[in-house]
Amino acid sequence: MSPKTLYDKIWDAHVAHEAEDGTCLLYIDRHLVHEVTSPQAFEGLRMAGRKVHAPEKTIAVPDHNVPTTLDRAKGIENEESRIQVEALDKNAREFGVHYYPVDDVRQGIVHIVGPEQGWTLPGMTVVCGDSHTATHGAFGALAHGIGTSEVEHVLATQTLIQKKSKNMKVEITGKLKPGVTAKDITLAVIGETGTAGGTGYVIEYCGEAIRDLSMEGRMTVCNMAIEGGARAGLIAPDETTFEYVKGRPHAPKGAQWEAALNWWKTLYTDEGAHFDKVVTLKGEDIEPVVTWGTSPEDVLPITGVVPSPEDFTGGKVEAARRSLEYMGLTPGQKLTDIEIDTVFIGSCTNGRIEDLRAVAEVVKGKKIKDGMRAMVVPGSGLVRAQAEEEGIAEILQDAGFEWRLAGCSMCLAMNPDQLSEGERCAATSNRNFEGRQGYKGRTHLVSPAMAAAAALTGKLTDVRELN
Amino acid sequence: MEKFTKIQGIAAPMPLVNIDTDMIIPKVFLKSIQRTGFGKNLFDEMRYNRDGSEIEDFVLNKPQYRDAEILIAGDNFGCGSSREHAPWAIADFGIKCIVSTSFADIFFNNSFKNGILPIVLPQEQVDILMKDAEKGANARMTVDLEAQEITTSDGEVITFEVDAFKKHCLLNGLDDIGLTMEKSASIKSFEDKASQERPWV
Repeated sequence: MSPKTLYDKIWDAHVAHEAEDGTCLLYIDRHLVHEVTSPQAFEGLRMAGRKVHAPEKTIAVPDHNVPTTLDRAKGIENEESRIQVEALDKNAREFGVHYYPVDDVRQGIVHIVGPEQGWTLPGMTVVCGDSHTATHGAFGALAHGIGTSEVEHVLATQTLIQKKSKNMKVEITGKLKPGVTAKDITLAVIGETGTAGGTGYVIEYCGEAIRDLSMEGRMTVCNMAIEGGARAGLIAPDETTFEYVKGRPHAPKGAQWEAALNWWKTLYTDEGAHFDKVVTLKGEDIEPVVTWGTSPEDVLPITGVVPSPEDFTGGKVEAARRSLEYMGLTPGQKLTDIEIDTVFIGSCTNGRIEDLRAVAEVVKGKKIKDGMRAMVVPGSGLVRAQAEEEGIAEILQDAGFEWRLAGCSMCLAMNPDQLSEGERCAATSNRNFEGRQGYKGRTHLVSPAMAAAAALTGKLTDVRELN
Repeated sequence: MEKFTKIQGIAAPMPLVNIDTDMIIPKVFLKSIQRTGFGKNLFDEMRYNRDGSEIEDFVLNKPQYRDAEILIAGDNFGCGSSREHAPWAIADFGIKCIVSTSFADIFFNNSFKNGILPIVLPQEQVDILMKDAEKGANARMTVDLEAQEITTSDGEVITFEVDAFKKHCLLNGLDDIGLTMEKSASIKSFEDKASQERPWV
């Protein structure tokens, strides 16, 4: 048998039907659902008189529209947001899928809830009407975002019509330097490949620096595979993975655990398997990074300066000129001279407990800069509860951060958590697109530690230089 | 789904690279639970001032491009989120075909589900079409899916590749779910086998 990549193995284990032209029906093990991309899909089922094919494999949770202020029990003020969440509520109950409503402590961002509850397991196919589904690849699952028509297709048939992507290997060799995190790895990779560098591929991240990451760090890396254009990003499961999964509410138990573990241990890329594209970075070369523009590929080490449009070629020249104007930056300006109005800690990229610990470590016993708006939005109600138990919430609040309830919040600003015109934010989220965090808002993507440093100084700051 | 066979229409040039889904349809418009009505907010922040007035130099606000049915776009069109509201907005505006050097994966798939034909061509050919589109309303291109050909206003013919299955669905306006349900026996037998092999799933 010819050697296979991890992606090949998971793919092969899920093909329910293959047509002569290679078009496959890929069976889906877990379908995650949130309120923004699902109402039209459920409505489509209803119109056609169809049922959800496998409600036991379908998990719904509202996250994009939910308020994160402490008074959220009083309901959602914005009528359209409220209707969308109510629609999910109604659809989840009517179609009988697993559901974590707004007032459940387990509610949170769908990509944090899935792994936390043990829904996401190695070797699975996982989809969701959300591009950051790539997150679940951290478990050695094939996980990717789909559109609403495909959400309806999966609801109705538990399959997707797919053609196989190509294999791409991203290897991070060696060790990371102190102050460098999973977020810096994933941004550095996108800086290297560009946002279209992964188009047509599924990425497998590997190498010592990836192996050394915790599960949460691996989720951060895979989360942004989509920003590199890849259909999915994944990491072969190992002891770190099994340790994380074991004992979670929906993880297998007893004899089933043993059987699962036996299979999971076969999920690695065989020696000699073919990759269509290979990118290698040295762990020691990666610095803490920030984005300066309006594309996640606009990445530079914090020690750098704002580039000039002339530094680029082709269509990127005009794009860079537009980005600089939008971001209000001047070529040659030191990145550490950029003043920040707001800090956002949260999102499916960096809203887990280790992220909050990293922030607490930087700000413990200190105060954020006067006039700074700084917000921590835990990724789930359980992350929030754990942070409170560990005393992290207190450290953050003492430093001057707002301590919010769980949701997507200012990552995409569908709820009231938004930037105002011209407001500049250091964010631990995943997209710095124009208007992403609010109309004319300006976003710099950073790691949690770097965001914490910016909150203290009021500028983009090299966390390694902080006293 | 509406069929796509052949269109002859105005092509609008949008050479900017990395046009993302937040540009195509900002999130404030994602709160609808309908599939329709997004066209008026297509490219909202590029197209309108905050007071709702039009930004004159935005391409689709120019008189010669207001009825564009084809977009010639910069690299990596549709990157970002999975929101199908992006192709819904594009289709609702009246655009049926987009040409670029590359598309983001999810956007690409979403387009086909909504009767929009995304065409990938090499840079040189996109450049030819971009130049042709810049001529304005008198330059009407023809996109023939059956023949897999684009004809410029000068009569130059450019052929393109398209996945055979996706082409078949577009030409006939076929509903994917209906097609898949015809294979329900295969799905059932996969499930039986998988529940033996991986009972924990």
